[in-house]
Amino acid sequence: MPGEHVLAMRNITKTFPGVQALSHVNFTLRSGEIHALMGENGAGKSTLIKVLTGVEEFETGEITLVGEKSAIINHSPQEAQERGISTVYQEVNLCPNLSVAENLYIGREPKRAGMIDWKTMNRKAKELLKSLKIEIDVTKSIDNYSIALQQMIAIARAVDMSAKVLILDEPTSSLDDNEVEKLFTLMKRLKSEGVGIIFVTHFLEQVYEVCDRITVLRNGGLVGEYEIEKLPRVQLVAKMMGKDFDDLASIKKEKEEGRVREDVVIDAHGIGHQGSIKPYDLKIHKGEVVGLTGLLGSGRSELARSLYGADKPDSGELKVNGKAVTVNKPLDAMMAGMAYLPENRKEEGIVADLSVRDNLILALQAKKGMFHLIGKKEQEELAQEYVKLLQVKTASLDTPIKSLSGGNQQKVILGRWLLTNPDFLILDEPTRGIDVGTKTEIQKLVVKLAEEGKSVMFISSEVEEMLRTCNRMAVLRDGEKVGELEEHELDQNQIMKAIAGGGGDE
Amino acid sequence: MNKCMAFVKKLTGTRLFLPIFCLFLVLLSNLIKTPGFFEVSLKNGVLYGYIIDVINRASDLVILAVGMTLVVAASGGTDISVGAVMSVAGAVCCFILSGGQQTVNEFQNPYLLGVMAAIIAGILCGSFNGFLVAKMKIQPMVATLILFTAGRGIAQLITKGQITYIRVESYKKLGSSIPGIPIPTPVFVALIVVLLTYVLLKKTTLGVYIQTVGINSKASRLMGINSTMIIFLSYVFCGLCAGISGLVASSRIYSADANNIGLNLELDAILAVALGGNSLGGGKFSLLGSVIGAYTIQALSTTLYAMGVSPDQIPVYKAAVVVIIVALQSTELKRMVKRLQTERVAGKKVA
Repeated sequence: MPGEHVLAMRNITKTFPGVQALSHVNFTLRSGEIHALMGENGAGKSTLIKVLTGVEEFETGEITLVGEKSAIINHSPQEAQERGISTVYQEVNLCPNLSVAENLYIGREPKRAGMIDWKTMNRKAKELLKSLKIEIDVTKSIDNYSIALQQMIAIARAVDMSAKVLILDEPTSSLDDNEVEKLFTLMKRLKSEGVGIIFVTHFLEQVYEVCDRITVLRNGGLVGEYEIEKLPRVQLVAKMMGKDFDDLASIKKEKEEGRVREDVVIDAHGIGHQGSIKPYDLKIHKGEVVGLTGLLGSGRSELARSLYGADKPDSGELKVNGKAVTVNKPLDAMMAGMAYLPENRKEEGIVADLSVRDNLILALQAKKGMFHLIGKKEQEELAQEYVKLLQVKTASLDTPIKSLSGGNQQKVILGRWLLTNPDFLILDEPTRGIDVGTKTEIQKLVVKLAEEGKSVMFISSEVEEMLRTCNRMAVLRDGEKVGELEEHELDQNQIMKAIAGGGGDE
Repeated sequence: MNKCMAFVKKLTGTRLFLPIFCLFLVLLSNLIKTPGFFEVSLKNGVLYGYIIDVINRASDLVILAVGMTLVVAASGGTDISVGAVMSVAGAVCCFILSGGQQTVNEFQNPYLLGVMAAIIAGILCGSFNGFLVAKMKIQPMVATLILFTAGRGIAQLITKGQITYIRVESYKKLGSSIPGIPIPTPVFVALIVVLLTYVLLKKTTLGVYIQTVGINSKASRLMGINSTMIIFLSYVFCGLCAGISGLVASSRIYSADANNIGLNLELDAILAVALGGNSLGGGKFSLLGSVIGAYTIQALSTTLYAMGVSPDQIPVYKAAVVVIIVALQSTELKRMVKRLQTERVAGKKVA
């Protein structure tokens, strides 16, 4: 029966050392609805999901689920799944070396005479994916496919478990528009079948496109539950941030048309990396923010990686501040004054178990060398300074970085690089999976850094964000740099055209 | 009362609480079963007693555990060749000091030369392991399996299949005691190794680097940390420790017994790291934890001897105790206990 309460969480409270993560939060999910869970970093969205799925324990409160007589407590994600609560996480949680079919049926393989029935499994996997309009070879291992496809497979897996409640935690952050559209079609169909969907995202447009209701959290507390028609966008943002909406459009000052560009900081000529990015030329001037734009998999990150030496370039020359530099490994690039914030924060950015202080200091320490240990006191001061400067929310400097929220982790990584005082920063998706407030802060910071004379390479999937921050853009398509857009050409239509290959070519 | 509870909570919350608690537990059992365990007497100017024996005998293991800790932390793998490397180091030292003869009554070469050669042999073995693991990216267990099997063979080659005896008083000092000092020499050797390592980790960035590489080697590379070098160095260091440990062990029996020096000690060293509350998956580590772990293992063996368990049966008892200790430290068990408690409380409420 649509509209019936599928899931009710009442008075949920949870504390982490030094932080009240959730305080008396209520959340209600009805069948056949898509319910957005919104809030800034550290608002408690992830914690609420974790409590619900048994990843974390909660202290007080109760959870009731339709079909269960008494209140339930899940102790593990498996237990939650058995009860019909499936989750697809922000970071794809699949086994990269298993086949697509294995990933879909892991733990519930169709069996015959006690052995895995491979034939049936592959057939069923194929049918399942076909019903979602994904046509791939299910016997290939999953790391052959893009993150976007992996995400879709993860969702397919969750859907197939006949879920009462489907939780999508930032599922769209690595999908392109086309794929998002596919996902939404899928979500709407599931909704019509009576599944209750909890949708956690930072993309406001997407919320207004598919959701029926919104629950807003702030600082671990419940702000309220709203029907979508009754909550205009600006109001939603105001509720999430707890203050008046800081108009994003005002970040960028008057565009300084025709600014004289002289000092070339980065001058790349014919740099490329076999199989990921074809040789390209790129000049970046002092105080300039250059955006890299293109579809998913067009080679944006790969270009950045080859420049920084994260993937050793196998051709070309690089001049930094007019001097020829050989960059074979990241340390070479660092010594030349570069910094690189990687796309994948969890896997390539944070050192999870180490403290905020260690995470901040490491890059500077590596630059100084192993035998020039930065003293305890100096470490403390530097870390304190950057935590304050970037307004990182952390219980203390000794808190392991893994217990910070995503946005705060990202700020720490940014701080790590600012500490090395680079001339040229490469920021690969610095705002991915981050709330609106922190996004604005980071964008402002980029503009400010450029004003201070630093050069920035900015990579983002969100065109508006790029428009706000960049002076110039390089367009990539299929692993090749296909053109550049000057400041006066920067508007959404032009960029779209260039990406699609309609006329941005040089 | 509340304050007291908070104190207990803080105490039990610290990383080293469980390893220390386990060691304490093992020692405590002696108080009941073998009251004489803690008696210490002075014979010929040297301290004797079970407890001294524990501290003395554990030294080899402590030294090994120090190296093993770094290897585990940096590479998330174990070096199973350390026992064999000990025998290589012992063989090299005795070969040089005996000048190739089977039994000698005086040094044929300077003592220091033998010691240096043994240590270099250890470092070379460590470099070999490190090269395979860090550079060739071979799984640590497989890479060190090579020297695990070949090491004792190499030692046999050096000693020509014989047990080389160095019947010189000064050679025995490293493994027994120096006149005038009541505490056995190995204790000092272990202490020096632990202290120097501690200082090395604290005063250079090595400690943080090893943890960083162990936790996230991709991120450390992007931060300009040479993870290959760090992992390599940790294996070299482990080889060095095995070399020193081999010297001590060889001095105890004033000979190079290729088949028996450090036999099965690699497993105890890995166990010591685990008992110290360190994750064998790498990352954050506690040097002190491993040291305590090593003493716990030796205390356990000596305790069983003192209780009159025959040496052949000791592994069984040891295994049983180890299971208990490891279970005590498992977070999963803690969760299960906690769940049982909450369920009981919930059950009472319903009733």
